[in-house]
Amino acid sequence: MREKRLILLGFLVSYAALGAGALFGMLQVLERVPGVKLVSSETYYTALTAHGVLMALVFTTFFIMSLATYVVLRELGMRQTFSPGMSTLAYALVTLGTLMAALPILTGRASVLYTFYPPMKASPLFYIGATVLVVGTWVFGANLLLTVRQWRRSGNSGVKLPLGVFGVVSTLIIWYIATIGVAAEMLLQLIPWSLGLVDRVDPLLARNLFWYFGHPLVYFWLLPAYIVWYTVLPRMLGVRVFSDFLARVVFVLFILFSTPVGYHHQFMDPGISTEWKFLHTITTFAVFLPSMITAFTVTATMEMGARLRGGRGLLGWIRALPWGDPAFSAIALAMVFFAFGGAGGAVNAGNNLNYVVHNTAWVPGHLHLTVGSAVALTFMGVSYLLLPALTGRRLHSRRMAQVQVALWGAGMLLFSGAMHILGVLGSPRRTYDVTFGGHPATQGWTPLLVAAAAGGVLLLLSVLLFLYNVGRTLRGAPAGEEQEAQEQVRQPSPAGAPGLVDNLGLFTAIALLLVLVAYTLPTLDILSLGSPGAPPVPMD
Amino acid sequence: MNRYERAWLIFAVLMVAAFLGIIAYFNFAAGLKPPHDVEVIDPLRVSQDPRFSQPRVEEVEPGKRYNIYMVARMWSYYPREIQVPRGAEVRFYITSPDVQHGFQVVGTNVQANVIPGYVTVIDARFEKPGEYLIVCNEYCGRGHHFMRAKLRVTEGY
Ligand code: HEM
Ligand SMILES: [Cu+2]
Ligand SMILES: [Cu+2]
Repeated sequence: MREKRLILLGFLVSYAALGAGALFGMLQVLERVPGVKLVSSETYYTALTAHGVLMALVFTTFFIMSLATYVVLRELGMRQTFSPGMSTLAYALVTLGTLMAALPILTGRASVLYTFYPPMKASPLFYIGATVLVVGTWVFGANLLLTVRQWRRSGNSGVKLPLGVFGVVSTLIIWYIATIGVAAEMLLQLIPWSLGLVDRVDPLLARNLFWYFGHPLVYFWLLPAYIVWYTVLPRMLGVRVFSDFLARVVFVLFILFSTPVGYHHQFMDPGISTEWKFLHTITTFAVFLPSMITAFTVTATMEMGARLRGGRGLLGWIRALPWGDPAFSAIALAMVFFAFGGAGGAVNAGNNLNYVVHNTAWVPGHLHLTVGSAVALTFMGVSYLLLPALTGRRLHSRRMAQVQVALWGAGMLLFSGAMHILGVLGSPRRTYDVTFGGHPATQGWTPLLVAAAAGGVLLLLSVLLFLYNVGRTLRGAPAGEEQEAQEQVRQPSPAGAPGLVDNLGLFTAIALLLVLVAYTLPTLDILSLGSPGAPPVPMD
Repeated sequence: MNRYERAWLIFAVLMVAAFLGIIAYFNFAAGLKPPHDVEVIDPLRVSQDPRFSQPRVEEVEPGKRYNIYMVARMWSYYPREIQVPRGAEVRFYITSPDVQHGFQVVGTNVQANVIPGYVTVIDARFEKPGEYLIVCNEYCGRGHHFMRAKLRVTEGY
């Protein structure tokens, strides 16, 4: 594979982001403990912006780009993508965008958090950098789609896409639809406004566009993890996925329902009517279904694998799973955390229950289960397979990897558990100091803040172990393990002719229609209210 | 389709339908709606609006109905202390002349976002007397953690 270097480079950048992000995360949990003063509030919010951007955008995007390229090339049995030049350009643009945004963030001239709500204004470089990053992902996606087309045209027109590739294409479709929102926000509102070309922007319209992008963004993170659960996990267990058909249905449901749901982030906003908020509640619950199907399919797949390995009993088979394999245990733990994340998500999505948890510590508690565990832990776990497969080197230490997974489990249980409870008690998120002059209402929060900090320490240790293990693996001597590791991520030959579910063009069209239904009228409503908008309040 | 698979799917669909039913009931029948008011205001002219030039508690019907006109700005609420009797119908009108803010009465389910250019309206009723903490739960700059107010709910009128 000629593009192996690029893939590896993407993984390395993502690990660097994870490491740096974890250090900032550690700083945040410690700072939030009453009585602890490590940095100023300016520094806290600079760090929080960096943490959100590094984890949610840089770590994920680079990892996903490399994982997607790897999956497509492997499953299609190709040596290189449609255009390695385009690949290089895509990685270069994403890197350039990241650096452009990182400069103002790290120098404190863009402490606007990763949601960059106006009228807080960051340095224009921040918005431009983020836009360049997105453009890079567009080039990247186009190249992969062209790769799939090339494969089709070389004698594969009558066969289904392999499931992994089907997942990648679905992810890209969602990404293209989603990024229209953030591109519009950047180009029509924030960039001209931050450059002083227009005086005011409407912050509600900006939120509207941001969350049009912001929710499907979470499926851009999640679907690659699902691809691993649906394709790598069965191969690790030596079985086929329980239902290939339903797995495809899942990806299609995500294409349909991942975007027309954004108002579940804006339930507490003025200016949007209850009817539209309720419509988005319905679609949000619709998007719950593919994850319910996934819960069944992956559990059934694991049970098949376990019974093949001699597991028996109603639940006794669970013991026969390969828990000693860190890649497996990481992915399995990621799925368990996701089940809890899903349950919490149902609370967030209830448009009247949302009153209780909106903008409280519950929300970071929730998102560390989903993107912070279901996704991040799956990515770490699959790295234990992919790095040996890519480099032909033996994983430095399986034992260390197992400890890493266990630390993550314990740390996240503490951290996320405490944050959820804090949220229900009303403790706000994104806040440097939550003592509020020692008000009695905050007194019960202290032990939970300490527990969250303890969890944070374990999580940081886990990340450090991961990075050390990865570093040693890459510098280790080549070993003969390559073959075995590669076996686990290799394609089974795609079987059968495409059915209705494989008609991704059709589903993309329906998805666009749903987006129009869910967003056209309320967006026109906002415009017709004619709010004069707000002038910039510089945060730099 | 496998029969367990079908059973699970039916269960999932029913569960989602039940959730939506409950939410719809509370939303449309029990009046537990998220905020949905649509009034706009020029953030640069907040101080010219008679309601917000003097942020205050207005007694509409003694002991029964109160309007509270509140300005949320970097990094304080005006008024900083509010007093209402228990059980009264309280309507908050809140706006911001600068950046976005939050408004949350800790320990209750009263909260909303405050967005410059818009007036946020919240209806509430406080049944338990005592002193409540109001916090800003939307990041609004380096002094965000200073932003708080007090709500005193008195036993009687
Ligand atoms: C080393 C482990 C980690 C620790 C100790 C940690 C800690 C924290 C804390 C304390 C907050 C909330 C701060 C506040 O609201 O004031 C936070 C926010 C956040 N974290 Fe993490 N985190 C970790 C790992 C991750 C991972 C792996 C991801 C995602 C891949 C992630 C994504 C986020 C995001 C998106 C936010 C929201 C930022 C915002 O509110 O603007 N974190 N983290
Ligand atoms: Cu969402
Ligand atoms: Cu604030």
